[in-house]
Amino acid sequence: MAEHLLEVEHLKQYFPVREGLFGSKPLKAVDDVSFTIDQGETLGLVGESGCGKTTVGRSILRLYVPTEGTVRFEGEEITAKNIHNLRKKMQMVFQDPYSSLNPRMTVEDIIGEPLDVHKMYSGKKERREKILYLMDLVGLNAEHATRYAHEFSGGQRQRIGIARALAVDPKFIVCDEPVSALDVSIQAQVINMFEDLQEKLGVAYLFIAHDLLVVRHISKNIAVMYLGHMVETAEANELMDHPIHPYTESLLSAVPIPDPKIARQKHRIMLEGDVPSPLHMPSGCPFRTRCRYATEKCAQAVPELTDRGGGHMVACWNK
Amino acid sequence: MGEYEHLLSVQDLHTTFTTDNGEVQAVNGVSFNLDERKVLGIVGESGSGKSVTAYSIMQILAENGRISGGRILFKGEDISKWDEKQMSGFRGKSCSIIFQDPMTSLNPVFSVGNQLMEAIRLHTDKKGQEARDRAIEMLKLVGINEPEKRLKQYPFELSGGMRQRVMIAMALACEPDILIADEPTTALDVTIQAQILELMLDIQKKLGMAIIMVTHDLGVIAEMCDEIIVMYGGRVCERGTADEIFYNPKHEYTKGLLHSIPSLDGSKGRLQSIEGTPINMLNMPNGCAFCPRCKEAMKICLEALPPEQQINDFHKASCWINVRDGHYPLTEEEIAAGGYTEKEIEEVVSHG
Ligand SMILES: Nc1ncnc2c1ncn2[C@@H]1O[C@H](COP(=O)(O)OP(=O)(O)OP(=O)(O)O)[C@@H](O)[C@H]1O
Ligand SMILES: Nc1ncnc2c1ncn2[C@@H]1O[C@H](COP(=O)(O)OP(=O)(O)OP(=O)(O)O)[C@@H](O)[C@H]1O
Ligand code: SF4
Ligand SMILES: [Mg+2]
Ligand SMILES: [Mg+2]
Repeated sequence: MAEHLLEVEHLKQYFPVREGLFGSKPLKAVDDVSFTIDQGETLGLVGESGCGKTTVGRSILRLYVPTEGTVRFEGEEITAKNIHNLRKKMQMVFQDPYSSLNPRMTVEDIIGEPLDVHKMYSGKKERREKILYLMDLVGLNAEHATRYAHEFSGGQRQRIGIARALAVDPKFIVCDEPVSALDVSIQAQVINMFEDLQEKLGVAYLFIAHDLLVVRHISKNIAVMYLGHMVETAEANELMDHPIHPYTESLLSAVPIPDPKIARQKHRIMLEGDVPSPLHMPSGCPFRTRCRYATEKCAQAVPELTDRGGGHMVACWNK
Repeated sequence: MGEYEHLLSVQDLHTTFTTDNGEVQAVNGVSFNLDERKVLGIVGESGSGKSVTAYSIMQILAENGRISGGRILFKGEDISKWDEKQMSGFRGKSCSIIFQDPMTSLNPVFSVGNQLMEAIRLHTDKKGQEARDRAIEMLKLVGINEPEKRLKQYPFELSGGMRQRVMIAMALACEPDILIADEPTTALDVTIQAQILELMLDIQKKLGMAIIMVTHDLGVIAEMCDEIIVMYGGRVCERGTADEIFYNPKHEYTKGLLHSIPSLDGSKGRLQSIEGTPINMLNMPNGCAFCPRCKEAMKICLEALPPEQQINDFHKASCWINVRDGHYPLTEEEIAAGGYTEKEIEEVVSHG
């Protein structure tokens, strides 16, 4: 048995981008990222728009062929050959419950499709039973089976998408902003459902979200990305309460706190400027152009993740 | 313009849309006041009528929509009756709006400078070089570097955060009395959001305008607003100072909303959620709009609209639970409307 459910090592995902007439330049969407996820655990992945979160998820599932690096699932390296079989164990849930489901399909057919693809039943009756079981699991009413996706609210659609992902009995699900499009009151329902499912089925999540309070709530560990690099990772409360990396520090200080008294006292570390384009990466530390601690060294070499105690990993020369 | 009590006073506003499926009462009797230099937050469920309330003030409703009742007093004058010509003088000069997605309100085929100077020419008497200087000054004010260069750029050449800054610059170019911001940072990253919010508060202090901040983000509300109105189903269900709303909520929807955000200290365990699905505006209950999802609902909640109760000097709410718990008789308006009969109160209390 492998030590971890999922092991990502030195993952790189570059996209060729045309430049000029004949040239092409690599856009380094993910640049040397490593992490592990254990069975039944959640790793939260946060960072600014465009930092490569979705790309990490998609590369793991081999929706892209990684430029470099290895991804091991239950100890087995994922390759073009075995990915079809592994897809049964690894699934993805998307942000937008409105566009990720075919509105002209019934709930039954949406959830049944992966069952069909992987031939996971022996007859019509078993197919139906499985679908009803899954609907029940995510809190959908059995009477809804024959209705069309467009007849459902955002929260219900997200449940349909999750039931579909669960159909093949996966051990790992990439959840890409699964609650961002939902109203706060509905968000809580869906987050509870994710947690209940984890407890019941032992499924692990890579949970991508921009709401840090939500990520903290659902994750065992949190990883922070900046411009394709992983800059800090630690146990969730440790990271939120004792951020070390200068980017994490300012990211956390920017989170609006839904508590007026705390909000009034809060000290913000404002970041100047915008994120550099991944096509024109700064030399050395990717954050150095906006970092208030940057020194000469930061421009010369990329800092590696190092353990600052108890598995709290930080990639920074000066902190 | 004579004496007036409030800078802006929205009174019993009704806004109706005509659709194939019937009339939608998107805003159903909304009232609030806004004073100079205040930041008013509007929060609420998606579809509760926040944007429509804002658009009604500006009279920029979709074609199938109309203000079907109530008054909107700006410096004492009812602008809801104004014609398009009067309104175009009001927009920009007295009141500006910024939207969630700056791409939809910036014209992609004109340069930033072109659009900014056009807004300035339209609403002030500045022309030519003067308008240009003002445009540069505004871009500087919103923290855009190299403003001369930016004037020549097109919206797609700017990042999301920068486009939102340009929008704010345009909205503020004529120093309006009121700035309405409809989810101004929802599409932005938290670090950029923090910059934009800080910028808005900063400029608000400098120019002394009032802000109406429409958002579903309780964090943004807590950081920005003096007063808050909470909307549900086209109505205001609760209003008060930020502290009252956050620490002493008196409407079951507000309570549920506050409970459903994950805790700040990272404690795990189940979140308390509001069950059920958001309201269908085409099928509104007679009583409290939140009733079908409310854990505490009583029989009267289904049957009769809860009137607004005065919780204290800084706080009002419309929830029958408060009547059950003794918050009556109520507001002046209610007393004017006859208050409650003994029997009504009896009935509420006996259902509790
Ligand atoms: N298929 C692709 N081809 C070229 N570039 C891509 C492709 N997919 C992503 N990118 C680029 O890679 C970078 C990372 O994108 P990604 O979607 O992973 O970011 P993200 O962190 O998920 O952002 P968001 O929070 O906005 O979803 C971006 O610069 C993006 O433009
Ligand atoms: N042009 C229109 N025609 C018909 N109904 C409309 C129209 N515009 C808005 N509505 C309805 O009015 C109600 C209020 O919409 P509004 O946009 O004000 O909601 P909101 O509170 O701003 O929600 P959100 O948080 O999603 O922006 C909704 O039920 C909506 O469907
Ligand atoms: S390595 Fe240097 S530039 Fe990068 S975060 Fe640390 S101090 Fe800042
Ligand atoms: Mg993404
Ligand atoms: Mg809106």
